Amino acid sequence: MEEVKLMKGNEVVAEAAVRSGCDGYFGYPITPQTEIIETLMEMRPWETTGMVVVQAESETASINMVYGGAASGKRVMTSSSSPGISLMAEGLSYLAGAELPCVVVNVSRGGPGLGTIQPSQSDYFQATKAAGHGDFHLIVLAPNSVQEMYDFVFDGFDLAFKYRNPVMILTDGLIGQMMEKVVLNRQRPRMTDEYIAEHYGDWALTGKKGRKYNIVTSLELDPQVQEERNHRLQAKYAAVKANEVRYETRLCDDADYVIVAYGCSSRICAKVIEMAREDGYKVGMLRPITLYPFPTEALKALKSHVKGFLAVELSTGQMVEDVRLSVGSDVLVEHYGRYGGMVHSPSEVYDALKEKIINKLK
Amino acid sequence: MAEFQVEMNEENRVYTKPRLLTDAVMHYCPGCSHGTIHKLVAEVIEEMGLEERSIGISPVGCSVLAYNYIDIDWAEAAHGRAAAVAAAIKRLNPSKLVFTYQGDGDLAAIGTGETIHACNRGDNITIIFVNNAIYGMTGGQMAPTTLLGMKTSTTPYGRDASLNGYPYKIANMITQLEGVSYVTRQSVHTPAAVRKAKKALRHAFEKSMDGKGLSFIEFVATCNSGWKLSPVAANQWMEEHMFPFYPLGDLKDI
Repeated sequence: MEEVKLMKGNEVVAEAAVRSGCDGYFGYPITPQTEIIETLMEMRPWETTGMVVVQAESETASINMVYGGAASGKRVMTSSSSPGISLMAEGLSYLAGAELPCVVVNVSRGGPGLGTIQPSQSDYFQATKAAGHGDFHLIVLAPNSVQEMYDFVFDGFDLAFKYRNPVMILTDGLIGQMMEKVVLNRQRPRMTDEYIAEHYGDWALTGKKGRKYNIVTSLELDPQVQEERNHRLQAKYAAVKANEVRYETRLCDDADYVIVAYGCSSRICAKVIEMAREDGYKVGMLRPITLYPFPTEALKALKSHVKGFLAVELSTGQMVEDVRLSVGSDVLVEHYGRYGGMVHSPSEVYDALKEKIINKLK
Repeated sequence: MAEFQVEMNEENRVYTKPRLLTDAVMHYCPGCSHGTIHKLVAEVIEEMGLEERSIGISPVGCSVLAYNYIDIDWAEAAHGRAAAVAAAIKRLNPSKLVFTYQGDGDLAAIGTGETIHACNRGDNITIIFVNNAIYGMTGGQMAPTTLLGMKTSTTPYGRDASLNGYPYKIANMITQLEGVSYVTRQSVHTPAAVRKAKKALRHAFEKSMDGKGLSFIEFVATCNSGWKLSPVAANQWMEEHMFPFYPLGDLKDI
């Protein structure tokens, strides 16, 4: 029988962690995502699945605990919010450099600096382009519902192990704090030590029983070899781009105008396209589900009939740059968004759509 | 030139390279203490029969490449973060011997937070701390443990407390923490000291394997290149200047 519950986005991440066979969660409290570690501590999964939960002394320690756990071949994760993710920049770079799998949840809030505790989507650049130093990418999933908060923990671990790469679930305070119906359908046990040794024994630190010793490192002193490593990483990202792009379209087939929005903004914009259609404007929406890899080809294909694109995000304009790169300069691309913790209403977005796109192209 | 016939058999064998020391050529400077300490780590793991259950964490610093020299599984940690990395590995793999190998900059400057909190949580790991009072890898800068008056490339006129603060004894500090079961300070500058240090290292590993909490072994060590002394003079300087400030012996054993 299906298990259906009414749950908060953050609580669902904790539930999903335990049910997805996560071995360890390491985190530090920060608003608006603290319910994740609170829920885990209340669940006491160490008594059921054996999952380890540690409240670390900082986000720096959290991400390095994740590095250690991942190095031993375990399913491990952490979560934080924007300022805490900045502290994890070093660790994320090391994880990517050492090619380790993990899931990192960013329930983002407005910035810069300590900023605000209200929802924001202003960590897009950081998540998709520069999560830390060096040439690397995270795989970035952007849920827009409590259900996706659940499902993407599973998908995140699958992608992380498939590509041996850190995965970020980039969400925001709105989805994290929102309560919705969620179907807790998927469930799987933790991996056994024997399974890890058999499947990941070529890199994971399981004790060198019956094999040569493994070294997990991102250090390479020979620049020629480091360049080869970078080639290998780039080949991996090319495979991610070829195979893992996910997006959703609504009413795009006949659209003259398309809104591009992810996460909580896509929920608001679903209402906007309804309002516009009622007024006779053919407006559709493309929602990137993976922010890296970005649905570039899908957007490019829409150029055949779409006259203008409006990128709507809770930021001063970050994803809009990827929209422009996707569709080129010969079609109108504009940005709209509230920021600093303010959330746009459907009518604000609709007014912006008319002003910045529809009226300009009339 | 006289010819010698050397009879090699088990009875007259007095020394052998530990099996777990690899044949990789060490990058350490002649006279550096790391080689001897590596040898002890390899010997003790071998003697405890833990080579298939050991995971080492190497730091950023001269011993970053420790993983090339001891034939067990290794992770290389970000600068200062080894204790956090080790804590997670141990919690997820409680049957393993998990230890960090860190220098003074890594452990007592940039990694102070991770070190103190692993100690305070009582994670069942061993921390091996090599204190030579200088940053060797980057070419001889001031460490948190650099003695007052000591010249380094960032204290060219000698460490001055008003400018640079004081050297501190992190081993003494962590004895105050409930999660720590064993703290000792050793050295490897004489055969007697090496033998004593080996016993202490084994004790430290046993403590963490027995789940008694964190064990911490500091090696007061030389960096003759960084100190700009010959290996012999460095040992003398260490005895005359380092040992009075960092006295050897057990600081805590419960």
